[in-house]
Amino acid sequence: MNPVKRSVVTTTLVISLGSWFFWWATDGFTAFTAETARRVEILHSPRPLPVVTLEDQDGNKFSLQDYEGKLLAVDFIYTSCTTLCQSMGMIFKQIRDLIPKEFLGRDFALVSISFDPDHDDTASLKKYGQAYGADGKIWRVARVPDKAELKSLLDAFGIVVIPDEFGGYEHNTALHLVGRDGRLRLITDIDKAAPFAEQVMALL
Amino acid sequence: MSNSALPRDVKYGITLGILYLLLGTPMARDWLEATMSLHMLVQMPLLVILGIIGCRLLPVRWQNAVLARVGGSVPCVIVALFASSYWMLPRALDAALTEPVAEVGKFLSLPLLVGFPLVLAWRRLTLIGRGFVWTNFISMLAVLGWLYIVAPVRVCNSYLVNDQEQAGWYMVIGSILLFVWWLATLFIGSGVGPSKPGGNGSGTTLA
Repeated sequence: MNPVKRSVVTTTLVISLGSWFFWWATDGFTAFTAETARRVEILHSPRPLPVVTLEDQDGNKFSLQDYEGKLLAVDFIYTSCTTLCQSMGMIFKQIRDLIPKEFLGRDFALVSISFDPDHDDTASLKKYGQAYGADGKIWRVARVPDKAELKSLLDAFGIVVIPDEFGGYEHNTALHLVGRDGRLRLITDIDKAAPFAEQVMALL
Repeated sequence: MSNSALPRDVKYGITLGILYLLLGTPMARDWLEATMSLHMLVQMPLLVILGIIGCRLLPVRWQNAVLARVGGSVPCVIVALFASSYWMLPRALDAALTEPVAEVGKFLSLPLLVGFPLVLAWRRLTLIGRGFVWTNFISMLAVLGWLYIVAPVRVCNSYLVNDQEQAGWYMVIGSILLFVWWLATLFIGSGVGPSKPGGNGSGTTLA
């Protein structure tokens, strides 16, 4: 093969392979960040969640699997958070108020999970719950006492928590919807409370 | 390659190998991946530079043979472009931290798919070709840095948002410094500059 021809052939090959790789690595040029990738993947294939023991603000033990047959909204918080988690509380309240009363508790429930079991005891969970009207039945505020279980839960949801320089945490905040089959099926931005509620309504 | 030069190159090669392995130790990785700036602007460039030096240690005869085999400098430059662009994606950074396969891919692809092909191609590149590589790289760095500074969201789940802004500033400043330096070499042309495309080796220090 003469050099020019060889150059054209390999260049074409390299460009096609490279483009294919980029297409593959970004889910068809849609997901350039890990956060988007997590959401796209969940949409395509709802993910089963590990069985972990949670403890709510009244000290009751439960697991997410107890909610099978219902739709479940999940968010992740830590109660000493002074920024996003406060608005998370407001957003969850907003979502609960957007769903008609007859479905609450029967077909739809909410759980706010703290990823900071060291600092968040049941008392601080209770305080956080009271601030936003989480009643402990329709909307529970919970902690995962076991560290290994907490890690497996965060991994399954795709939540990355890193300590910040002010003694708090930075984490990817989002609204999560677990389907009736117990699989995580939807992740949206936290400023999308109304669309999230609409998605829930469509599934009720 | 004369016989007397061989042991020296082998020695350099071993040093290079040790450095590479050192970069791969959990301690060095934890340290160099602790912030976005260190990860993107220290660890990754170091891996590319190791590839560059490694390739330059190979006998020129081999380099030319490989270059002829793969079809000249154009595919080499394009491979380097694709590989380096991929590692500029925030998603790739996160993946390197959370998925071992991606981390291994990073350690292999940055030297082998960015450093190596750039060295192979560099000697054969014309002034315009080298200018393309430089301006492309500099503008990519500047645009990405700017995006990181103004991004309303945290692009990497594994890094703090302040960290992202800081990395962005470093990138913008770095791209300006690189541009000034590259421009200066064009005018001064002290041997490192891309003014001797036919020169043997001297120009490749820039790659």
